[in-house]
Amino acid sequence: MHELPITQHLLEIVLRHAEQAGAARVTDIYLVIGQLSSYVDESIQFYWDTLCRGTVAEGAQLHFEHIQAEVECQACGMHSAWGEIGQGCPNCGSLRVKVIAGEEFYVRAIRVQTADEVEGSEA
Amino acid sequence: MSVKVISVLENILQANDQIAAENRARLDAAGVYAINLMSAPGAGKTALIEQTLRALTPQVRIGMINGDTTAASMDAERGAQAGAMAVHINTGGNCHLEAHMVRQALSALDLSTLDLLIVENVGNLVCPAGWDLGTHARVMIASVTEGDDKPYKYPSMYRAADVLILNKIDLLPYLQFNLDYYLRGVRLLKPEIQVFQVSCRTGEGISAWIDWLRECVSSKRLT
Repeated sequence: MHELPITQHLLEIVLRHAEQAGAARVTDIYLVIGQLSSYVDESIQFYWDTLCRGTVAEGAQLHFEHIQAEVECQACGMHSAWGEIGQGCPNCGSLRVKVIAGEEFYVRAIRVQTADEVEGSEA
Repeated sequence: MSVKVISVLENILQANDQIAAENRARLDAAGVYAINLMSAPGAGKTALIEQTLRALTPQVRIGMINGDTTAASMDAERGAQAGAMAVHINTGGNCHLEAHMVRQALSALDLSTLDLLIVENVGNLVCPAGWDLGTHARVMIASVTEGDDKPYKYPSMYRAADVLILNKIDLLPYLQFNLDYYLRGVRLLKPEIQVFQVSCRTGEGISAWIDWLRECVSSKRLT
């Protein structure tokens, strides 16, 4: 259930950027979520559907881009997926690995329509 | 009709992180060392706090912020009985503490009378990991009864921790708990993590944790 406060923060970020851009409507939101960040798409979507109501972002489509967790071996430099290192680095067996991807959790971009463009499209 | 794509590149937890940084600056200015205690329910957070208070008071002046999902303040009362200045936060069902809740609780404490602040997070092995509260160290308490596969199943929590206290080691002879397998998972996730193996029941290993904490507190004290 930690997706509720997360989605509130998401909405704040989206509305702030939409206002700065003079947007009348937000149509798409592009999110980047790393495998290790433990946020669930369906939960974010669930809260989003309620929270976005009555804002310029109402009905905006959420797009989830997932980043697989990846580690770099500090002994041999080999890059491996998180799922491959249960016994250490698959190349040299070292336990000294560093997480280099998979903790992302950010808004990459939003797609908006400006007021003029919305009126123009209706004319 | 044309549409515009706006690059945002903004971390969703940024607002929380900013408040956390303000909290940390406030604690630094007052010379108070703060820890964020995180664990699954039943791992022994309150028992560890009791042991810690017993060992450090009255030389170290301790304050407590206690997060709970309900209005029941039993844990805070246990802390207060053991000699700490305690503030209870009812998270209103929220599964973790956030920096703004701690900011509010800090205002209810007289920081000038404290050396150490213990923030007891809501019992939960997932949600507290992402939320920096502005403490100086994130201390995770795990217990051997939870099973040796937990680092592999809850990576975000182990990634977030600076210190791991493995509790209930007095029960190891009775459990199928492979300590090597467990610690390997921990090290893979967080090579620099500080690990203390303890039993809050028998007191085994507690003194190493207390020494570490005492050192941190004195390094933060205003001279």
